[in-house]
Amino acid sequence: MSDGAIAALVAAAEEGVEFDGLRAVRDGDGDAGYRFGTPEVTREGLTESEFRDACSNHPEYVDNWWFFEGVDRSPADRAFLRWLESGDAEDWDVATRYDALREGVVRSWGQVAVTAMLGAGGRRYELRHEDDIGTPLPDLDRHEDPLTARELVKHDDRGRYRPLKTAPTLPTGWAFVGLAGRDCTRALDLIYPATVANWHLEREGELDVDHWRPTMERQTGIYGVIETWDRGDGHEHVEWVAEACCEDSQCLKRREWQYDDETDLDADGGDGVFPCREPCSLVVAAARKWTRLEGEQSRTYEFELTPSEKEQVEAIIDAVADGRTEDIREADIYEGANRYRTRFLRAKRFDDEGNLCGVETDPDGEGTNEEEH
Amino acid sequence: MSQALVIVAHGSHLNPESSTPTYEHADTIRRVGAFDEVVAGFWKEEPHVREVLRTVTADEVFVVPLFISEGYFTEEVIPRELRLDGWAEDAWESDGTSATSVTLTAADTGQRIHYCGPAGTHDAMTDVIVRRAESVTGDPDVGEGFGLAVVGHGTNRNENSAKAIRYHADRIREMDRFDEVRDLYMDEDPEVDDVTEFFESEDIVVVPLFVADGYHTQEDIPEDMGLCEDYRDGYDVPEPVDGKRIWYAGAVGTEALMADVIIERAADAGADVGDAVERVRELTRVAEEDGGAEAPPADD
Repeated sequence: MSDGAIAALVAAAEEGVEFDGLRAVRDGDGDAGYRFGTPEVTREGLTESEFRDACSNHPEYVDNWWFFEGVDRSPADRAFLRWLESGDAEDWDVATRYDALREGVVRSWGQVAVTAMLGAGGRRYELRHEDDIGTPLPDLDRHEDPLTARELVKHDDRGRYRPLKTAPTLPTGWAFVGLAGRDCTRALDLIYPATVANWHLEREGELDVDHWRPTMERQTGIYGVIETWDRGDGHEHVEWVAEACCEDSQCLKRREWQYDDETDLDADGGDGVFPCREPCSLVVAAARKWTRLEGEQSRTYEFELTPSEKEQVEAIIDAVADGRTEDIREADIYEGANRYRTRFLRAKRFDDEGNLCGVETDPDGEGTNEEEH
Repeated sequence: MSQALVIVAHGSHLNPESSTPTYEHADTIRRVGAFDEVVAGFWKEEPHVREVLRTVTADEVFVVPLFISEGYFTEEVIPRELRLDGWAEDAWESDGTSATSVTLTAADTGQRIHYCGPAGTHDAMTDVIVRRAESVTGDPDVGEGFGLAVVGHGTNRNENSAKAIRYHADRIREMDRFDEVRDLYMDEDPEVDDVTEFFESEDIVVVPLFVADGYHTQEDIPEDMGLCEDYRDGYDVPEPVDGKRIWYAGAVGTEALMADVIIERAADAGADVGDAVERVRELTRVAEEDGGAEAPPADD
């Protein structure tokens, strides 16, 4: 605990302090006007010097107050840092909390495991992928500057660019160590942008949610076309969008937006800790494409497939949609989406132009609605 | 009272390098300590423009769009997504290159927002183009015997797009430093494809006015100019084309001095930046002693 913390508490006692069981107040009647209290002790009639001694004898209470109240923090950062160490017991007293912090308190923020602990300089934070929680620190790439998070999270473990920061594809193998409170939230803001701010707004009951309709109505330019997707025939198309994009397997945010103020979607919004307050730019971009594609009329095609081939087509769509193609073993021809089996289907059922079963897509030359991207 | 700088850029769902120059300029500005916070927000990446102000603590925020020209993004998308109360397209009273700044309140956060014109139309951008020519030739005195082509996208949809290119080309011409200066375009005349026909100089520096290197600057323009048949084959700098030497510079927005333009935009809008402009110019200087191009400052 720093001398600065005690000096600050002496000053704050003029106004009176009550925080997490710590009570400090100066009654203002002469030299022995200080009172100091914790759940365990109450001391009254203290001189400033005695008050300082009391502070030194109960360093955890003073340090705890100083960390949360003495340092300039945004309300969101403060609430988040408190949440990190409240665990399942919101009512932890300070002694219990400090015992826990000496061991290290771990909470998940998306796929990030955040460990709060006590270091030489007070509270320190460590961030790593939750899958790396059991990995010895020397086996991870260690970082101390929150800004390096930008590069770390740009690609997934397979080297693919992650345009959606809250996709459940956070790469592994790194750790931020020794972060102070502000640097902890700063790093998380680069890993999962604006999630702390929106989580805090939600807890305060102030999260502003923009539903599908108003969000699409404000689109302009090449995205203005999305508005035309509503054709007065319900909102099933938005259910499909939410099912395609917004579940936990695709995004760790918990979807809070609905079709509009009055119409909730049936699609599950996920269980993520941070709320999603409006359709994101990826959803908007995808919705634009689907708006164009959904402008086409259905046609009736006749295909010759064996029952197993029909099931195989379904299995392929499932595997691609769930991102499982890379997991299917090379020789596992029991899997419909196995590469060799798919190549066999193509060899057998595609004509030279790539038409399934030789059935032309557009025999009348009316054109499809495909466009440049 | 603390002040923050928010740089707003396009970003990309597909190209991971699109946001790199934005981050690098933000780091440079952070390093010279001109603002209490320096944050980047994007149209296609996160934090989205819609939410970037929530990640900023300061009450006083200077927003500089890292775009080349005035138009759809600077006049419609960014003010809308930032929720700038009272924004109107004529708030700048601009002729297409003269927007400076307006001060408005963000309805979302209540912060005072000094919304600036795009980096690309600021006068200091002219210096960045010249610096780019110095960097790519490795010659801080480049000019005599050289032609300079300033290349823009050009589009019939927005006349301001070409105005910004022409504006800087005119200013560089007035410096009387290069033997010839031309503004050329991808999608309108005069086209960059015929670059060698527009110059008599044997050496031509080509500087595309784009924020980030991507499809246009790395694939389209090099192929169109005949630097290579296929961009994957690569090319030299300089590369001989039709008996001339093309010094192709890539996107001007990747030039480290670009950070200076961003600071100057904010300073013009009232930000207290101290000596940051001079320090950025020093930090990003092209070394004169060895005549070689100095690498941009490393990431923090």
